[in-house]
Amino acid sequence: MSILQVENLQKSFGATKVLDGISFTMEQGEVLSMIGSSGSGKTTLLRCLNFLERPDSGRILMGDEVLFDASDARTLRESEIRKKRLHFGLVFQNFNLFPQYTALQNVMLAKEHLAKERPDYKANKHRIHQEIEEQARDLLVQMGLKDRMQNHPHQLSGGQCQRVAIARALNLQPDILCFDEPTSALDPELTGEVLRVIRELADKNTTMIIVTHEMSFARDVASKVIFMDDGRICEMGTPQEVFENPQQARTKQFLSNYTSGR
Amino acid sequence: MQELLAQIAEQFPIVFRSLNTGFGQTLRLFFVTLLGAMPLGLVISFGSMSRFKPLKWLTRMVVGVIRGTPLMIQLLIFYYFPGLVLKTNIWGSGEAGRFFAASIAFIINYACYFSEIYRGGIQGIPVGQEEAGLVLGMTPMQIFFRVKLMQMIKRIVPPMSNEVITLVKDTSLARIIALQEIIWAGQAFMKGSQGISGAIWPLFFTGVYYLVWNGVMSWLLGKLEQKLDYFR
Repeated sequence: MSILQVENLQKSFGATKVLDGISFTMEQGEVLSMIGSSGSGKTTLLRCLNFLERPDSGRILMGDEVLFDASDARTLRESEIRKKRLHFGLVFQNFNLFPQYTALQNVMLAKEHLAKERPDYKANKHRIHQEIEEQARDLLVQMGLKDRMQNHPHQLSGGQCQRVAIARALNLQPDILCFDEPTSALDPELTGEVLRVIRELADKNTTMIIVTHEMSFARDVASKVIFMDDGRICEMGTPQEVFENPQQARTKQFLSNYTSGR
Repeated sequence: MQELLAQIAEQFPIVFRSLNTGFGQTLRLFFVTLLGAMPLGLVISFGSMSRFKPLKWLTRMVVGVIRGTPLMIQLLIFYYFPGLVLKTNIWGSGEAGRFFAASIAFIINYACYFSEIYRGGIQGIPVGQEEAGLVLGMTPMQIFFRVKLMQMIKRIVPPMSNEVITLVKDTSLARIIALQEIIWAGQAFMKGSQGISGAIWPLFFTGVYYLVWNGVMSWLLGKLEQKLDYFR
């Protein structure tokens, strides 16, 4: 069964239709690359999945749980949405690390707040805190930031910041990790180190949705590719299908512009 | 000239004691205002950012009126209005009553100025900070206290330093309702007090107190700004 099911999402900002009937499914361990020109709705789609935007209509299902149904007011409540968000993690284009905290604190913060909601928190405060810290350290080591844990974001390079942000998102063990143009704010040299980390996650069967303009990366890392245009899914398939044998004229045009532009 | 200096030297011990007492009252008003206006300002700033439109406009109107009229008039109205119109003395009598009235007027006035500074500080934080918190499952409360507050404090320290320095000097306005702060104490020697009359130098000398205290405040606030330099 699909881990994620998106049904007919629609979203308008004023008179502009940004998402116009988006439907797709994802399997456990799948890596989905979303490509398309700026303004095609990729980022809005990711933001809808993370409940930063509220779709006007449509449904989002995780397994057989309805996370969001625009026609069901019960799923729209703020307290409900907060819990459902945790199914998804989101890595932003410009990191959005918390500047006043060290790398390690950035990774730990949200988890510590969530731990306070556990019924056994008071009794095991110290142990829980240690577990969270250990887990955060492991993640940062995994991200190659062993020597950077006590640094504040302004002391880190963009690539390092983005890796902290990835660790921060991973620490909550989301079912699906979303990336919103994770390398667009980085120079080419730093792009490589971030892409390497994402690739490692793919090798470990992390379920991911990646919005990116890095075409060769999108093609290599993905098991499924969606090409979006004007708020619609224009083409969807395996990387081979979409990149080597696109069916739609718009896809062909986009890809040829891309290769000739490089 | 020499005669004048000799006279000042002779009067100095009496004047000094009197001015110190007055300055004690000045400092009390200063601290009470800060203590009251800093939290009240936060409440007002939330009101002025409220999504509930009537509350937002009401708050902004009050802030507009308070910022748009002289503090001196506000002091007079706060102090005299209840007695004159409502025929009740809500402030209590004597110096304690004047201090109470002055404190309330100062707290409300400064809270309005602070609220605008806070609002700028909060609205200047990139929206991505809130979104990052939300995506990590934090509640709006947690996001405010654990993510935004520190960034806001860092942003508001420089403009708040200005306000603090202004407040030190503004306390002298309480003279208008005869609060016995340092200006009042200095002026007393012009009219005649403790055997000294017609002396204007004590009034001039009060400037030294303000100058020294502002020096101390500037230094402390500078330290605070340095302390917050650990992040950007």
